[in-house]
Amino acid sequence: MSVARIEVDGLSKVLGGVTVVNNVSFQVDPGQIMGLIGPNGAGKTTMFNLISGVLRPDAGKLRVNGRDVTGLPPYRLARHGIVRSFQLSRELDRLSVLDNVLLAAPSHPGETLGGALFRPFAVRRAETELTRTAREMLALVSLTPHESKPAGALSGGQKKLLELARALMAGADTILLDEIAAGVAPHLVEEIIAIVQKLNRDLGKTFLIIEHNVGFIRALTSRVVVMAAGELLAEGSFDHVSRNPAVIESYLGQAA
Amino acid sequence: MDAYLVAILTTAAIYVILALALNMQFGLTGLMNFGVVGFYGLGAYSSGIMTETLGQPIVMGMLAAMIVGGTAGALVSLLSIRLSGDFLAIVTLGFAETMRLAFNNEDWLTRGPRGFLIMTRPVLEGLGRDATAWFILGVFLLVAAVVFVVFNRLAGSPFGRVLRSIREDDLVPATLGKNVLAYRLKAFVLGSSVMALAGSLYAHYVQTVTPDNFTTQVAVLVWMSLIVGGAGNMKGAVLGALVVTAIYEGTRFLAPLMEFLTPTQVSALRFIIIGTLLIVVVRFRPEGLLPERIVARPAARDPAPG
Repeated sequence: MSVARIEVDGLSKVLGGVTVVNNVSFQVDPGQIMGLIGPNGAGKTTMFNLISGVLRPDAGKLRVNGRDVTGLPPYRLARHGIVRSFQLSRELDRLSVLDNVLLAAPSHPGETLGGALFRPFAVRRAETELTRTAREMLALVSLTPHESKPAGALSGGQKKLLELARALMAGADTILLDEIAAGVAPHLVEEIIAIVQKLNRDLGKTFLIIEHNVGFIRALTSRVVVMAAGELLAEGSFDHVSRNPAVIESYLGQAA
Repeated sequence: MDAYLVAILTTAAIYVILALALNMQFGLTGLMNFGVVGFYGLGAYSSGIMTETLGQPIVMGMLAAMIVGGTAGALVSLLSIRLSGDFLAIVTLGFAETMRLAFNNEDWLTRGPRGFLIMTRPVLEGLGRDATAWFILGVFLLVAAVVFVVFNRLAGSPFGRVLRSIREDDLVPATLGKNVLAYRLKAFVLGSSVMALAGSLYAHYVQTVTPDNFTTQVAVLVWMSLIVGGAGNMKGAVLGALVVTAIYEGTRFLAPLMEFLTPTQVSALRFIIIGTLLIVVVRFRPEGLLPERIVARPAARDPAPG
């Protein structure tokens, strides 16, 4: 039995006196594409914030590849191979698309003060090398023609793809996607599905996906976790949980 | 007239250094330092105390200024631990005022409002009056050039890219594995120590520093230089400082032409002119005279050109 890539073990988070995540446990196995679904306010994005270290849990444990990483700041979690996208995409507007991706390169010698000042040749060599890698990542998400544009000039869907390229560049083996299909043109949604499948199949990337788009979840995920009002409601295949009366009730409200 | 031009250029060199330092903090990293003058004054007094009270050579004074300025920068930034916009702005503003009050009241160290006399000058022995002025200008331009080259290289390096990403949205570099706090600290300390270096040069140039030399007015001129020139672009910072100093100092020549104004009114007029310039630039060219370059750098685009 292999170690879970991400193991959420009884995580809880209280924000402003409200328990937004209450004792939730589940795990994501290596190479899996897992969905995290639930009605608005279920605590899905808070769960992402906990897993990516943006928020510290009030109780519970978070393990990545079997290592306890509870309470680590985001940059340390990123070094454990977990990179997320954001519900409202956060691109660096005034950096070029290529620079957005290059930024994600782990351990670039030119990112230290000493390296930037005193090792120009090593830095240039690394930059050239990494630029090649960054271009490959941009090609994977079909953004090659846009590489010298400021990231702020991309369309909503392209920004989501840019986030994906950044995550790949960062060397993430687990990518958390927060509503990557929301507000994206339908043909781009198809493309995103194809890209995620390709990354999963060819590069063995693990995904945890928050999504409201049912078609997207059904097309991609092998298993889903359903949250409602901060609690874990159900877990299983999408078709299985979508027949669960508690899940239906949480989405449609209590039957009169 | 000639001597006056040299004096203006010498002042301009100091403002160029200050604007470059603020550009490292605000232009690149987005750190709101409203306490520029606090670090500037700290550098001036540290350097003066090193050379006069302790009798060390001027190089030691400059070094002491940078160390004290950098340490103060580290303390101030750690006080507002996350260094997010508003907190840092308030803390630095308070820092500058605290420094001014300390200069004023710590008589035993700074000689308070009577002024601190500094005899050490950055010149060789036995030069004539004019030659001395030119020599000082040369030294200041050299220091400004070194600061420009170092900061420009940092700005164009992957280090600078991380700083700019922090300015745009600090959560993104954090989730990509960058230690945002450490980078902010480095940028702030670099800027603060260079501001203190500018203060050291100023002190050995004017030879008497009083707490009144370190009021908000200096910080306002530096901020205007950066905004007019183009925040995020080191060349823009230089150009902005030159333009603002030229206008601020150049308007002195207006006084004889406008005899109907009192000297106080003329000095107010100088700020009116600079203020108008700022409004015009922000209205018609909000990114400054020399905007930051966004497109991928040619070096990255075309591998190994030389």
